[in-house]
Amino acid sequence: MESYRRNFRAFLAFFTPSFAWLGLFFFVPLGIIWLYSFGETEGLTKIRLTWTLENYKRLLEPEIISLFWRSVWLSVISTAICIVISYPIAMVIATAKAKWKPWLLLVIILPFWTNLLIRTYALLNILGTRGRLNDLLHWLWSAGDRALSMIGLGDYHLLGERFVPVKFLGEPAGVMIGLVYVYLPFAVLPIYASLERLDRSYLEASLDLGASQWRTFRQILLPLSSGGINTAMVITFIPMLGSFLIPDLLGRGQVDMIANVIERQFKSGNDWPFGSALSLFLLYITFILLALQSFHAMRQRKREEARG
Amino acid sequence: MARERRAPAGPFDYSRKLSLRLVFIIGAIFLYAPIVVLVIFSFNDSRRGGNVIWKGFTTKYYEKAFNNDALVEAFINSLAIAFISTLIAVILGALTAVVLWRFRFPLKPVFEGMVSLPIVIPEICMGVSLAVFFSSFGLYVPRDMPFPLNLTNIIIAHITFSFPFAAMVIRTRLNSFNREMEEAAKDLGATEFQVFRDILLPHMKPGLVAGALLAFTLSLDDFVITFFTSGPNTVTFPIKVYSMVRFSVTPEINAASTILILITLLVTFLAMRFQSFEEPRQ
Repeated sequence: MESYRRNFRAFLAFFTPSFAWLGLFFFVPLGIIWLYSFGETEGLTKIRLTWTLENYKRLLEPEIISLFWRSVWLSVISTAICIVISYPIAMVIATAKAKWKPWLLLVIILPFWTNLLIRTYALLNILGTRGRLNDLLHWLWSAGDRALSMIGLGDYHLLGERFVPVKFLGEPAGVMIGLVYVYLPFAVLPIYASLERLDRSYLEASLDLGASQWRTFRQILLPLSSGGINTAMVITFIPMLGSFLIPDLLGRGQVDMIANVIERQFKSGNDWPFGSALSLFLLYITFILLALQSFHAMRQRKREEARG
Repeated sequence: MARERRAPAGPFDYSRKLSLRLVFIIGAIFLYAPIVVLVIFSFNDSRRGGNVIWKGFTTKYYEKAFNNDALVEAFINSLAIAFISTLIAVILGALTAVVLWRFRFPLKPVFEGMVSLPIVIPEICMGVSLAVFFSSFGLYVPRDMPFPLNLTNIIIAHITFSFPFAAMVIRTRLNSFNREMEEAAKDLGATEFQVFRDILLPHMKPGLVAGALLAFTLSLDDFVITFFTSGPNTVTFPIKVYSMVRFSVTPEINAASTILILITLLVTFLAMRFQSFEEPRQ
């Protein structure tokens, strides 16, 4: 690497275009909504900057607090489900034969390359009360019912008199299925990466010393891959919290998340200052999570260095 | 115990465990089943509620999608946006990657953070801020602009979110560059520009192609940011499909989606072919 002073003109030639682009089309727009968040609407599209804190005060209204709360718990549960599913998947990929690995990885990543809108639309068709998921549940129900009558419990109707389709669309469950479906590949990759570069001799040592597979998993494997789990949690949680399309299509206006309310302020509600304040709030949460994550990663690296 | 009978169950042999394999398989089914159902029902011969009951095989919804002028126009818009924004995003990404790889300069970590910000911030924030930016700063593109120019706002937005991704990919490629080649060329009298053109650029090529394919798919896929920067006369394919979904669910949407899935698969396949073709040579 060379100092920028040694060849200042070359440095400027490489540096200026992207710096200027980012400044003009990324930071200036963010700056504008930052200013707007202290403004008031005047007429249809005019906004006057009055440095009012009213828009931020409105974040404390009960409706908005319950909106935040709903967004957070939907994202937290979906993230947790993602991690629980993706850990065994990552384990299988990381320990598969070398020639299989790229293919198994491809199986997980490929859906991620498919358009988000199309994947959400695909789910929309599956999750309806007459959709394929309810077909599957109906089939499971009849199988269970038949099994119960075979062992002589048929008269009790333990699974209910008849199959009642589960409503997913417009319910938190549907939105959660959507979030898990879309962001699952995000969670697999970092966990896979951390399992891949893990020092396997620790596991051998643990098993040699008589610990069970389960105990080795809990006390050796899990802590050693915690870096990957943390990354997976952050990179699935952040986009989940800000997701718009999934709650919009699968929640059907009944399960709004932050982004849906932001969208309404800018499209139909026409309250840009409040929408700006909401967007900035979402942005600040993102920054805090990223800062915590990098702080944690730094501490972990230091600990690893100390260990040798 | 079964594990002991199968003898060499090493400490890291999780992929041989049936239960874990089962999770993998169920996970894969979960990921693919909705898409497979979507593709199957694009051939369903039923007008209303086309995704509920199978009524026989037909390809008429593909014909219908191809004859839907608004849909075809949206598709052409999407392709034009993807091509133009990819071209500029790769150039900006390459410049950014070279700056970060080659130079030491004050506040470098800050610049690095700035470049990665568009990757990490929620899409909705970026979409909203660009929408406000375009409308409040008079960067209005007149409605009757000739074809690719009426898409300027969307193209600018797409470049902004895709070039940091391209920069990331290209920078990874640069890390494998042997700096001695550059020094040898300079010792032999090559100018700065010649070194860049004849030594660095050929080495970057696989990274440039990978970055371009990534930028292209990102642009083709984007919904949220386009949703906020597109106008009534500049509709892209995802935006059009979205408004169709909101209106009513028809097999025609399935057919259009299937076509887009095929295109994405093709681009991904090309990207992988290209990488596996380039890497062994280096």
